[in-house]
Parts: sequence; C-alpha cells; structure tokens
Amino acid sequence: MVDATAPLLDVKGLNVSFRTPSGVVQAVRDVSFSLGRERLGIVGESGSGKSTTGRAILRLIPPPGVVSAERIALSGLELQSLSEREMRTIRGDRISMVMQDPKYSLNPVMRVGEQIAEAYRLHSRAGRREARDKALEMLSAVRIRDPQRVYRAFPHELSGGMGQRVMIAMMLIPSPDLLIADEPTSALDVTVRMQILAIIDDMVRERGMGLVFISHDLNLVASFCDRVLIMYAGRVVEECRASELAAARHPYTRGLFSCLPRIEAGKKTLPTLERDPAWLA
Amino acid sequence: MIEVSNLDVRFGHARSAVHAVRGVSFTVPRGATFGLVGESGSGKSTVLRAIAGLNPDWTGDVRVGGEAQGRSRSRAFYKRVQMVFQDPYGSLHPRHTVDRALGEPLRIHGIGDIERRVIAALEAVGLGRAFRFRYPHQLSGGQRQRVAIARAMILEPEVLLLDEPTSALDVSVQAEVLNLLAGLRSEHALTFVLVSHDLAVVSHMCDRLAVMNHGRVVEELTVDALRTGQATQPYTRQLIAASEGYDRETARGLVDYV
Ligand SMILES: Nc1ncnc2c1ncn2[C@@H]1O[C@H](COP(=O)(O)OP(=O)(O)OP(=O)(O)O)[C@@H](O)[C@H]1O
Ligand SMILES: Nc1ncnc2c1ncn2[C@@H]1O[C@H](COP(=O)(O)OP(=O)(O)OP(=O)(O)O)[C@@H](O)[C@H]1O
Ligand SMILES: [Mg+2]
Ligand SMILES: [Mg+2]
Repeated sequence: MVDATAPLLDVKGLNVSFRTPSGVVQAVRDVSFSLGRERLGIVGESGSGKSTTGRAILRLIPPPGVVSAERIALSGLELQSLSEREMRTIRGDRISMVMQDPKYSLNPVMRVGEQIAEAYRLHSRAGRREARDKALEMLSAVRIRDPQRVYRAFPHELSGGMGQRVMIAMMLIPSPDLLIADEPTSALDVTVRMQILAIIDDMVRERGMGLVFISHDLNLVASFCDRVLIMYAGRVVEECRASELAAARHPYTRGLFSCLPRIEAGKKTLPTLERDPAWLA
Repeated sequence: MIEVSNLDVRFGHARSAVHAVRGVSFTVPRGATFGLVGESGSGKSTVLRAIAGLNPDWTGDVRVGGEAQGRSRSRAFYKRVQMVFQDPYGSLHPRHTVDRALGEPLRIHGIGDIERRVIAALEAVGLGRAFRFRYPHQLSGGQRQRVAIARAMILEPEVLLLDEPTSALDVSVQAEVLNLLAGLRSEHALTFVLVSHDLAVVSHMCDRLAVMNHGRVVEELTVDALRTGQATQPYTRQLIAASEGYDRETARGLVDYV
C-alpha cells in the first residue's frame, strides 16, 4: 500500500463548494500540490480557502459541502477510496490536524489533561498511569509552566495560547507522518511561538514528518517553511521557495507585503490591497 | 479615561488556585491607545475582562471615565465600553446568524434603524451584505473575527477593549481593520486597550505599552522607546529579539523569566 517513491501527500484538482442562502461559494478551485518530508506554508487572504483545503484532505467537510478531486493520496494511498472507518484510523495515526479554533476542538466538560491522556491511550494502549505521565510530559514540552494545574483545568480556564498549546500537544502524540497545522501559533507570544516551532522543526528533521503550515504571518512563513503556496479566492496563484517569498512575483503576494505594519515605521495609514478582478482569471 | 491600580485577580482554590494578575496598574487618557503584550498565560485577557466587568473575583481599583467600577456593570456601561474577544468562535452564538448577532445589541439598547446599521457595520469591516444571513460555521476564521469587531463597534462605544483583534486576519484585512480602528479613534476620540502578540501592530496603534510576564507588568514604556531599542528589562529584550522571525539558534537560547 505504501509506495516509497510516491510523495508523502499528493493533491490534484481539488474543488470544494458550499451552498449558502446567497448562492454557491466555490471555496477551493482546482488546487494541486505535493509535499515531501518538508515544511510547506500556505498563505493567503482571509476566506481564500486555506482551512477548507486542510479539512478536505482529512475528509472533514460536512454536508452540504461538496468535495471532488482527481487525487488525494498519502504515500500513494488514495484517501478518497477509503471507508469512513479506515479514514478514522488515518486521522488517528498518520495525519494530525491542529484546527484554527483550538477551544472549539476540545471537549468543554473534560479536563484537558485527561483529554491528552485519552488520546495517548487510544494510540498506544498504555495504562492510565503511563498515559497521565505522558500527558504531563507533553504539557511541559509545549512550555506550559504549571503542567499539574493545567492537567486538571477545563478548556475555558485556559488562556488563548494555552489552549493552542494543548491542541498541539495532542496532535504530536501519535508522531504523525503528516501534520496539518492551521494557524497553530497565532495566539502565542513570540518567544513561546519560537519554542513550539522548534519542536515541530525537530519532528520534520528527525522523524521525517511532513508539515502543512497554514498562516498569514508572512515573515514567520518566510523564516520557518521550505516552500510556500499563495492562495487567492480558492486558487493557488503562486508557489515559491519560502526564502524567496519577499521577492514573489504575483501582484497579490507583493501587495500583501506592503500591508504589513513595521516596528520602525510611523503611524501613517497602512496601504491596503486593491484587488484586481484579473487575479481571478 | 481608564485607570487601573493594584489590580489583582485570582481563580480557583487550593491546588488549582491561580494568581493570574498581580498588582497591575496603568492609566489610559481619553483618545489614547494602550498596548498590552507579554507571555501567553501572563494575564492580559484577564486584565481586559476585569475592566469589562466580566470577572467578579478581582481586587484593586478600576475607573472608567472617572467612575469607580464595582463587581457588576450596568447596561449603560456596555453602551460605553465594548470588548472584542480573543476567541471569535466562542464569542459568537453558533445558532445565530450574523444579522442576529449584530442586531441584538441594538435591540437591547433600544436603538432603531437596525437594518441600515447592520449593513453599514458589515461594510465597515469589509464583509458586505452577502454575509448577513450566514451562521458562524459558514465563515472563515478571519470573517468571524470581523463579525466580532463589527458587533463591538455597532453601539458606537467610547472605549474598545481589543483582545488580539487581528491575529486571525490576513495582513490585507488586518491593514483595513487597523485603518478602520484608527479612523474611528480620531473621529470619535475613542480610547483603546489593545492586547497583541505582534509588536509591529502595537507600535503602529499605540502610544504606550505594558509588557507582562507571570501576572505582573515587568515594564511600561512608550512606543518610541520600544522603537529606538530603549527597553530595559531582559524579558522585553528577549521578546523583541524573538519577534524577528523563526531562527533555530535563537529558539534554543530562549530562557524563562519568573
Ligand atoms: N460551511 C460553510 N458554508 C458556507 N461557506 C463556507 C463554509 N465553510 C467555509 N465557507 C466559505 O469558504 C471560504 C473559504 O473558507 P476557509 O475557512 O477555507 O478560509 P481561510 O482561507 O481559512 O480563511 P481565514 O484566513 O479567514 O481562516 C470562505 O469564503 C468561507 O466563507
Ligand atoms: N476562568 C478561569 N479559571 C481558572 N483560571 C483561569 C481562568 N481564566 C484564566 N485563567 C488563568 O489565568 C492565567 C492568565 O490567563 P489569561 O487568559 O489572562 O492570559 P493571557 O495573557 O491572555 O494569555 P494568551 O496570550 O495565551 O491569551 C492563566 O494561567 C489561565 O489559566
Ligand atoms: Mg482558516
Ligand atoms: Mg489572552
């Protein structure tokens, strides 16, 4: 089933649409990309289809959303041909996703430590005690200062960034082949963010994990990823090496950079994007 | 406009007790924007929630517009002071349309002309009327955050407490929202307290800022001092160094300050 020469993830011709009261939203249009054991960034405008792309790979688009693709393959295995049960195993063991809304994906009435421990037990069939120790270890690994207290806390008792780190801890437990991280560090201060990214970086370098990193932090993507896809209105409009993002050619990408506030700049009105209908063509 | 002195906030008891905010004081004049930055979990959102009256367990002194504030707040208070929450998913009711989320505060405060105001508020945040009858799950993360900002502004408050208002937005929408906020501030002499992890956003919007770590303000400085590298505390300096993008070596060298 596993083809050693196939890319880790191969997506071809992905389309996703939703019906809404004011018409059909074509959220993803003919998106194709492939990923090796590397860090691939996806940047782009709010609503351009980044999260939808990630969710479609994991078959997490609920009806009335409609997904179609020529190919969504993990190491050569066509995911679209799997049963719902087989897909659950893939989601548990081989692909993890950190969702954009961390608290929304945690169970609000269960202590966060128990949620992590349970995820570990499902994965490893470890005993309760071992799972508890592992959960505490994961909480310290993601730089939670007081893991004992946070283990016993409920999701609403965590700060925004603590919730995000709990989600990351849970997703890293199965040592996935592929991690899809949707704005995983947007609620973290820059120092904790850098420490979390270093953990993910190690997983890519040392265990050969593949990473899809969805973010609108251009400088972060440029400094952290290997390659970047730029999405606009559901399409991939440009692909480049992360280190060359600042020299990107597409006017949309160039426009994005000009919108950034800078520490050294004054308080003038920020440039905004003039969207050109021709970008949709 | 806002005076906070010796604010202390605690949660829970015994083993799970947290002293989330420890002796925080700052003052924000009318029309100014004050930034709060610092470690994740250091108490920034808790400070905003205490000012907004969303958290009864605090001690110290909180004044808004010269009036000392007690544990609970009146309806008139919420006409003057609005908050944009860090987590837009949690703050929007999942079964209410955008139209209802924006219309409700107007109805509660007995303000008329609802339809026109709702559409104007949506347009101001770059969404437009096509979004009016959508539910939160039909919106992207950034679209939800814009609805949350529109809802806070629809009552035309004097004080806006902004908790990471643009961290879920791409940079083009962020620029639009920051321009919008700056425009409102100069038109109506609005006062903002802005929590952000992005030092560039803080420099762009604020006059002064406080740097928090572990429940305390470790340093208060002007944005000019931040820009010209005059931060004195090691924690602040580390924060500035880490804001320059990912670097493996820098990541290894980071230390915890208590
Ligand atoms: N369930 C749904 N029903 C209708 N429209 C939807 C649904 N889910 C997403 N959309 C629409 O699809 C488009 C893409 O959404 P998506 O969440 O993928 O954007 P995104 O690129 O992740 O944006 P952000 O940066 O704001 O998170 C948006 O216009 C959104 O409104
Ligand atoms: N309702 C609550 N019950 C118990 N503890 C809480 C509650 N709300 C916050 N805390 C704790 O208070 C501390 C400060 O949280 P707060 O949300 O203010 O942090 P923050 O500075 O906003 O962090 P972030 O940048 O991650 O959002 C954290 O340790 C958190 O766990
Ligand atoms: Mg998204
Ligand atoms: Mg917070």
